[in-house]
Amino acid sequence: MAIDQKLADDLKSQGVHVTSFEGIINWGRSSSLWPLQFGLACCAIEMIAATMAKYDMARFGAEVFRPSPRQADLMIVAGTVTKKMAPQVVRLYNQMAEPKYVIAMGACAISGGPFKDGYNVLKGVDRFIPVDISIPGCPPRPEALLHGLLALREKISKEKLMGPHRARHADPKGTAERPVPEFGAHDLEPTFNPDVWKPTAVVRDPNTQ
Amino acid sequence: MTPDLPTILTRLQATLPAAAVAHRRNPGPSGQDSLLVAPEHLVAACRFLRDTPDLDFDLLTNVTGVDWPDPAKADAVAVPVEETPPPRGGFLEVVYQLFSTSRRAGPLVLRARTEDRQTRVKIPSVVEVYRSAEFQEREIYDLFGVVFTGHPDLRRILMWDEFEDHPMRKDYVAPDDYEYEPTPHDAVLEKAKPHYPAAP
Repeated sequence: MAIDQKLADDLKSQGVHVTSFEGIINWGRSSSLWPLQFGLACCAIEMIAATMAKYDMARFGAEVFRPSPRQADLMIVAGTVTKKMAPQVVRLYNQMAEPKYVIAMGACAISGGPFKDGYNVLKGVDRFIPVDISIPGCPPRPEALLHGLLALREKISKEKLMGPHRARHADPKGTAERPVPEFGAHDLEPTFNPDVWKPTAVVRDPNTQ
Repeated sequence: MTPDLPTILTRLQATLPAAAVAHRRNPGPSGQDSLLVAPEHLVAACRFLRDTPDLDFDLLTNVTGVDWPDPAKADAVAVPVEETPPPRGGFLEVVYQLFSTSRRAGPLVLRARTEDRQTRVKIPSVVEVYRSAEFQEREIYDLFGVVFTGHPDLRRILMWDEFEDHPMRKDYVAPDDYEYEPTPHDAVLEKAKPHYPAAP
């Protein structure tokens, strides 16, 4: 049931806060995101800078970097994901408890970035785990990471806990675990998880190609 | 004053007559010439260069590899010490850079070559002379496939153990994961084209 906004505002001026169960749950979740403490490359340095006094990620409740995936609910993939590292990243993701969110920080985590032609570089962490927010940049400045965090907070605050469009973690059929790729003779096996990522058909103009 | 490269070559030949194969010139701006060393005498040559007091090359800073599928290119600027080495197929080359910290000299560049690129890819490890070679030789084994005999722990260091290729070789074919290339150009464009949807 929707809340009458005018009535809610009236009550608010009287010191009574009316909200929905969903609203207060999402408010709690979005206001204290605990990131998993790990970094893969130079983006991690910007991530560290974002937590320090000058940028102060604590303003948004996300300063408590957890050394254990069991205590974390936000994975900031900060840096190049090598194919050798990809199974460990997926395993860490699997070990995180729901609800969990993933920020792909920087060009490398999004697509492989400047190293995408490399023989050991995964062309985007979204090939194996679902990514909520992508922050472009090489590396993104701390402000960009904070913007991404705010975008994630906004996304969480709009999550549905019930109904057909409910969030994955509220859906009994939603899966929290993704298969960990194996090391193959020439490449990871499989090279991507088709449940998470499918190559999008790009419409190309034959005259310009 | 550390002797120059021709002097070192002469002295190396006096001690180990079969060790030095060629004086490889570098016509580039660095002018950094190198010595081509027979692999079977590589360890002895390193020990000689390290233990001779007025040479005293006590530091190995860098070991790297080169893949030469075309031997003509590799030998374009090499001056053989004796008769011309017989023509052969491609080979792998390992390059060592020696410095002398006490005499502030270097780099002295040594090169050693495998017999071919497929099966006879053995080079003696210099770890027993220069401990700093251990990880770098592992890296060359990993990326080029040079097998260092006598290495204490020859495993892959960058790629995973199950990996079978050697990515830095010229004929390495990278896995084809160019399914989704929104803005391809140059080399990536060529690799992405086979994944383009068929024209309607």
